[in-house]
Amino acid sequence: MNRLMVNIMFAFIWMFLQGNMHLYAFFEGFFLGFIFLFITRKSTEPTPYFTRFFKVIWFILYFIKEIIVSNLKVAYDVATPGYFMKPAILAIPLDCKTDLEITLFANMITMTPGTWSIDVSDDRKTLYIHAMYVDDVDTFIKDLKNGLERKLLEVMR
Amino acid sequence: MNTILEIIAGVLIVSGSIFIFLTAIGLVKMPDLYTRVSVTTKASTLGVGLVIVGTAVFFHDLAVYSRSILIVIFVFMTSPVSSHMIGRAGYLDGAVLWEKTKANHLEGQYDLKNKSLKNYYENKE
Repeated sequence: MNRLMVNIMFAFIWMFLQGNMHLYAFFEGFFLGFIFLFITRKSTEPTPYFTRFFKVIWFILYFIKEIIVSNLKVAYDVATPGYFMKPAILAIPLDCKTDLEITLFANMITMTPGTWSIDVSDDRKTLYIHAMYVDDVDTFIKDLKNGLERKLLEVMR
Repeated sequence: MNTILEIIAGVLIVSGSIFIFLTAIGLVKMPDLYTRVSVTTKASTLGVGLVIVGTAVFFHDLAVYSRSILIVIFVFMTSPVSSHMIGRAGYLDGAVLWEKTKANHLEGQYDLKNKSLKNYYENKE
């Protein structure tokens, strides 16, 4: 059975035992259930749940950092006279295969200010994006692939 | 304790409004449609996010927390899709790129008659 479902079930059991139906009790139960599952992980079949759990949290923090950094970059360009930007429309070769991965990747690119996705080619191997700060085309594509896409795929797979 | 929370909430809401204000300036200042779309995502991510988090901190109430989490999730789910659709429609309609744009890999890849989009790297390998 899926570890996440077991953990959520523990949280609900904790809520009923406590007798209050609050969100705090749910998170308390989730946390305690997580510790319990973590302690007993050796006696059950191996599962990627724990490493993936921390990876997801790490990825969310990384993504928030990306949003803040690129926000400040764009805000600086808007607030000062003149333009610092070097915009370009680029083709990114995709390592993402499934619909969900491509959708998430494209939406994350759009969510970080300064870059947004235009379209996916019909054979789903290229994503066309518009970027505002491109110093060098090849290094920009490499950075995006090694940064956001690799981290996203680590979480998804 | 309450004054500290109020100060934190005030700082968050004011900085969020500053980001939304900068977006409004950028909408006027930017030279073409593509950079305008880039700039507007700022309002929907950090701007709305900071204002919502500030509101949640100010009320310090479970009902407000859960609703603000939902609002942030919905805004983050819907705003990229809309800006993507606006930009793509603009490109297909022939919106002019800024003259200092460095590269355009999309040029000549669209086939409007058959409604298909070619792979940029197909012929290069």
